[in-house]
Amino acid sequence: MTALLQLKNVSRNFGGLAALSEVSFDVHPGEILGLIGPNGAGKTTLVNLVTGVYRPSSGQIIFEDKPINRLKSYAIARMGIARTFQVMQPFPEMTVVDNVAAGALFATGASTLEEAKELAQVHLEYVDLKKFANTPAASLTLPNRKRLELAKSLAMNPKLLLLDEVMAGINSVEIDQSLGLIKSLVEKGITILLIEHIMKVVMSVCSRVVVLHHGSLICEGQPNYVTSDPQVIKAYLGSKFAARQNRVSHEQ
Amino acid sequence: MAATLFFQVLVNGLVLGGLYACIAAGFSLVWGVLNIINILHGTFVVIGSYSAYYAYIYLGVHPFISVVLAGIILFIIGYLFQRGIINRVVAAPVLITLSLTFGLDLFLNNSLLVVFSADYLKLNLANPLGVLQFAGIYVPVDRLAAMVLALFLTCLLYWVLEASRIGRAIVAVRMDREAATLMGVNAKHIYAVTFGLGALMAGSAGAMLSVIFPISPIVSTLYLSKAFVICVLGGLGSVAGAMVGGLVLGVVESFGGLIFGPEHAMTISFCLLILLLIFRPTGIMGKKGYE
Amino acid sequence: MKTKLVGLFVIVLLLLIPIISNNYVIRLATMMLMYSVFAMSWNFIGGMAGYPSFATASFFGLGAYAGALCQVNGVPMFLAWVIGGLVSAVFAWVLGLAILHLKGHYFAIASLIVAEVLREVINSATGITGGGMGLNIPVLRMGVDAQARLFYFSMFVIALVTLAVSAYVSGRPLGFGLKCIKQNEDAAGMTGINTTIYKTTAFTLSAVFTGGAGAFYASWVNYIDPEDVFEILISIKPIVMVLMCGAGALVGPVIGAGLFLFLEELVWRNFLTFHVGMLGLMVVFLVIFLPTGLLSVDYRKFLKKVVR
Repeated sequence: MTALLQLKNVSRNFGGLAALSEVSFDVHPGEILGLIGPNGAGKTTLVNLVTGVYRPSSGQIIFEDKPINRLKSYAIARMGIARTFQVMQPFPEMTVVDNVAAGALFATGASTLEEAKELAQVHLEYVDLKKFANTPAASLTLPNRKRLELAKSLAMNPKLLLLDEVMAGINSVEIDQSLGLIKSLVEKGITILLIEHIMKVVMSVCSRVVVLHHGSLICEGQPNYVTSDPQVIKAYLGSKFAARQNRVSHEQ
Repeated sequence: MAATLFFQVLVNGLVLGGLYACIAAGFSLVWGVLNIINILHGTFVVIGSYSAYYAYIYLGVHPFISVVLAGIILFIIGYLFQRGIINRVVAAPVLITLSLTFGLDLFLNNSLLVVFSADYLKLNLANPLGVLQFAGIYVPVDRLAAMVLALFLTCLLYWVLEASRIGRAIVAVRMDREAATLMGVNAKHIYAVTFGLGALMAGSAGAMLSVIFPISPIVSTLYLSKAFVICVLGGLGSVAGAMVGGLVLGVVESFGGLIFGPEHAMTISFCLLILLLIFRPTGIMGKKGYE
Repeated sequence: MKTKLVGLFVIVLLLLIPIISNNYVIRLATMMLMYSVFAMSWNFIGGMAGYPSFATASFFGLGAYAGALCQVNGVPMFLAWVIGGLVSAVFAWVLGLAILHLKGHYFAIASLIVAEVLREVINSATGITGGGMGLNIPVLRMGVDAQARLFYFSMFVIALVTLAVSAYVSGRPLGFGLKCIKQNEDAAGMTGINTTIYKTTAFTLSAVFTGGAGAFYASWVNYIDPEDVFEILISIKPIVMVLMCGAGALVGPVIGAGLFLFLEELVWRNFLTFHVGMLGLMVVFLVIFLPTGLLSVDYRKFLKKVVR
């Protein structure tokens, strides 16, 4: 099986500090790959590299067998990579429907603005935001902003969707709803890279997980395998906890 | 012969550059801390020059002593401008803050024109300090003294920012306004003091420049644009950067004037600025897209 | 419907001006139309894309010199205006590619300084441009009244075309994309907008009509010099006009131009030596008290406050 997205020894430095070093992994078509790691592990940097905001200091990023690490972000978006934003909503002063229309218009090439707005309505329906279509994006509540982000990315008709911490700051009922939504996306044929630091969320939907820590890939595999990896436990819960875990397993 | 010429031009450039550094240090401080491009800066320099000129004509005070007087006058003007007007838009977008200082400058500069007219004044010292000669290189001592004084003032500003209470408060506000406010810093007052210090540097530089260059409200844009160039050259908001940038600009202008003719000195520095902005906006300023 | 009626009314009024009024009023009206071209042009880059451009003087001066040089060398007047516009546009495209990656203050300064450099270049090229001595443009062989009307109608057409292009752009993907760029440029890129091309196009659009107006100006006043056409105030005026009526709106710049000219004329007449200073005060007043534009003031509320 050929990979949809491949990272080969990707590194990125900021003024001498290595935010990512020598990261390599594949994203296969049709899977939900979880990317986890504690705060500051380099997750968002990685998203920014894949979407062309930054260029890697070294290494290669390959999408559908074409290197994309020297492309500008608009070109990458048009190839079929969409992302959601972690905190802010991109175009706060525009209406909800216009936000989504922007995705439809520029990435998939809806030929007119009217067509894009009609498409946008469909996507808003899908994420259940239709009633807010004509309010400014800035006035939405946090969970609704996340839905808007999702609708906007879907409007871009992506092959690969990077979901950057879509679960942060929403309650457990809403998390369940979101998980349902994400699963339905995969059925539509969209491959998903799910970036999270809450491990629990990732476990329930992902087929595979990669773990970043201090800018390096420390573990890769099935969710169960990853959670029992001592290095991951150490990274997440500190060395003391890891030591205790070790003792417990020895006693058994 | 060629070597003598080279060193003569180099020395001229360095002398000029010291004064430029003094102008730019204040401008850079305001830009770095308040994130405001102070279009008034050139006019502040001119006010400093006029203060020194009239202090010399009517009171017989030597311009080098008037540096203090001009500094105090400009500090007060600057403080009031910031406290009364500019503070209201301090966090507004570039277009707003820039338009505001533009408007203020149009007003202030036009006022100077009405009061002093556009005619050039020249301050001729009754007892010039003579000319220093060393290995075939000539330096008027007044200019040299002005440069030393300017560099001293720039260092003083550096020391104030590094070591004094108010200086630390300025640095704190620059780094994180919210946090500084929580720790009991009155941000509005600090902004006004910062702007006042910027004006003070402009005024003092103006007083020293009165010994060297003719004085007129028209030349304000000249000083302003030099401050721009130096800030981009040396890096934003750092006194040391202004010092280095000033000296570099002085030398570049000096040699550029020798090669292309002195009337093109300004154009050369502008071209330098545009090239820098195009090709190395990050490398030289350290911070990209600082808004 | 209502706006269309108002628009129609304004157009009829503008067409009536040369019939019912004297040359002084016609001159003012021509000026107002030219100002509105400045403001609408600036709006492409400043209002729609949100880039604080101070390049109007560059485009205007360059267009003026390009047009004037054409005319001096025998090119017909109208063609010279077109060439003036095109020269500015090409210049803006190249300049845009070079400096539109800058943000905020840096962009503002870069765009501001270009006019100074152009002025110096034209000042130094004495052989071609006459340098600081300026350039005389051949006078039209027709009566003063006829001339005033010819120029008025020409400017009217230029302004109308600028307005039409503004309206066209704001309803198309280009205008929509610029709006996205204004709000968040990184996100705009990731949505699939080619930000470089969009911004550069906006910059070029803001140059083409300004350049045409510059060439027009040269023919109109028959004499230009570098100090006059690269005057820094030319870069500031359109910003003030747009600020007066709120950035981004379509007819805002036109109304702003009218208002600005009215105030400027008032100031000119009453403060001969201090009109620049008064202009400055006006800017300060606007920025401090009406940062979102005169049109945004709720007049009923305002009147109530005043009456009480």
